[in-house]
Amino acid sequence: MYTQSFNVQDTPGAKAVASVQSKEDPALQAAFDARIDADGRIEPQDWMPEAYRKTLVRQISQHAHSEIVGMLPEGNWISRAPSLKRKAILIAKVQDEGGHGLYLYSAAETLGTSRDQMLEGLHSGRAKYSSIFNYPTLTWADVGVVGWLVDGAAIMNQVPLCRCSYGPYARAMVRVCKEESFHQRQGYEALLVMMTGTAEQKAMVQDAVNRFWWKCLAMFGPPDADSPNSLQGMRWGIKRISNDDLRQKFIDATVPQAKVLGVTLPDPDLKWNEERQHFDYGQIDWDEFWATVNGNGPCNKERLATRVKAYSEGAWVRDAAMAHARKQQERSMKEAA
Amino acid sequence: MSAAVDYLLHLADNALVLGQRNAEWCGHGPILEEDIAQSNVSLDLIGQARLLYQLAATLKGGAVTEDQLAYFRDTHEFRNYTLLELPHHGPLSGYASSSLDYGTTIVRNFLYSALMALLWEALEKSANADLAAIAAKSLKEVRYHLRHSRDWLVRLGDGTDESHARSQASLDHLFPYTQEFWAHSPAEAAAVEAGIGVDLNTLKADWDAIVDAALAEATLQRPTAGGYVSEGKKGIHSEHLGFLLAEMQSLARAHPNGVW
Amino acid sequence: MTNELKEWPLWEIFIRSKQGLEHKHCGSLHAADARQALEMARDVYTRRQEGVSIWVLPSSAITASNPDEKGELFDPAADKIYRHPTFYDIPDAVGHM
Repeated sequence: MYTQSFNVQDTPGAKAVASVQSKEDPALQAAFDARIDADGRIEPQDWMPEAYRKTLVRQISQHAHSEIVGMLPEGNWISRAPSLKRKAILIAKVQDEGGHGLYLYSAAETLGTSRDQMLEGLHSGRAKYSSIFNYPTLTWADVGVVGWLVDGAAIMNQVPLCRCSYGPYARAMVRVCKEESFHQRQGYEALLVMMTGTAEQKAMVQDAVNRFWWKCLAMFGPPDADSPNSLQGMRWGIKRISNDDLRQKFIDATVPQAKVLGVTLPDPDLKWNEERQHFDYGQIDWDEFWATVNGNGPCNKERLATRVKAYSEGAWVRDAAMAHARKQQERSMKEAA
Repeated sequence: MSAAVDYLLHLADNALVLGQRNAEWCGHGPILEEDIAQSNVSLDLIGQARLLYQLAATLKGGAVTEDQLAYFRDTHEFRNYTLLELPHHGPLSGYASSSLDYGTTIVRNFLYSALMALLWEALEKSANADLAAIAAKSLKEVRYHLRHSRDWLVRLGDGTDESHARSQASLDHLFPYTQEFWAHSPAEAAAVEAGIGVDLNTLKADWDAIVDAALAEATLQRPTAGGYVSEGKKGIHSEHLGFLLAEMQSLARAHPNGVW
Repeated sequence: MTNELKEWPLWEIFIRSKQGLEHKHCGSLHAADARQALEMARDVYTRRQEGVSIWVLPSSAITASNPDEKGELFDPAADKIYRHPTFYDIPDAVGHM
């Protein structure tokens, strides 16, 4: 279940949190560890260490923020989609991202944090989201490449999360992953069609691949040696596969797809390593990655300001609905009296 | 046959232009749930437009496609109601800009859905069987759009002082454009004559009833219609359609031989 | 607007995927009232024909069992194996029973 109220009076919007026992009770901690070790699931009402709860809230809310910020770069092309079919596909796709954000916010809310609290974190700049969305979508081919590579990378990340230790998160990810495979396929198919078109179209596809390839590799996060949080995440079963392993998996899967598509990947060091049975690849520019994560990418300010604008300008609409609901309730109570 | 094509283009342009407008909210809605709901409305409208353009293209024959009709006709060739091309804000000149206003969106969706819920129902009996089939499908969709926009109209009208004032202002701005629904156009007259189309004046009393009941519930005042009667369905548009089409058609026109 | 009315309340959504099956919990969402929750659920959770019927209920109306009482609530059923048909041996000659 996504809920954990114990029939206590709750402020609307927030879910009651199962009362956390005396800070870190050793017996409870031992039971929790045993369940994690047995690959069991933790549900909202269960006792959990505060650090586990905090890490989950951070991870799930960042994930949710990524989905809704991720609506913007692709939404950028809805009005200009070159055919009605592609327009419909793109709207459905961007809409799905909104749905994914919603499922994820709901999952995080079971941990006792309201969506408004999480949004406040995003809007104030405290909470992070996937940095890939801080790059601009400059041509229509970017829409296809985002589907193929960005969603492809996201799927690599997300499939293992369907088995994560926190039940609501795992269930949300099952739903997300089902929908996400449509996203990757539509992107790749859009590019395939463009590659049968004019020379300008083919050049557009290659250009988009060139701009997004390295950013996508960075999406998997810093090398394992530099990710101190990864180990704890693995221990807790909220991260299943290491950054480098996922990155390698993505590269191995993508190289043949690029070949079928007829584009090159912009890495001279990219070649098959017979001994490793994997593709070797070049050096990722981590300085650029961190600069973007820390707010200095090409679109950080625009993305954040756009989310803040939508939220603040929507306040009167949300307030109106609540005011009407309250009036209706008062009216029906008066009628009953 | 030309009567049918002209009539289909009028219906298709209505659906496309409003679908295009409503899609501007995708990613910018007042709350995530509503963002998703409004995208569903857009998807329905664009789906309707596609079916109608496809039927028009078939009747025109040759190599005409839905996308040629959508992307390679100019402003004066579009036959949508002016109401549907207006930006999501109050009255402003074509190149002036303003934030999106959800009140305008809701009021427009309501006024148009109230009409289409009646028109699609009547068109189920169109002499053109293909159009009748599209009408049957679209009727289900528009009944939901009407329910969605009507519920919101009541929420906004009844909600807070601010939402009441804003939705009344949107209504005052948009309502005069509904006069176009009832104005004569040669294309509609020809379609009625051919048994394909419906004389909208036969639906006016029902439309008035739907609108009046909703406005009463929303505690909003029905503006007295009057003044300028827009003529979008005859190809004479506001300044806004040119911008909408310039943006929508730019990529397709930059690559006339492109395949998508 | 008082503070407690700022955020729309949370609703739990249950969907019947097809006639004859039970409603199943599929997630939650925010809505101002029940009617809106139904509409939002339609738009959020049935975009791929996932349902033919929807229930919504305020999350705050759910009373959940306490996980600490799992033992006393559920373990006592474990040894009542005679409740299951497979507990009983019936001669093959009887056929399906």
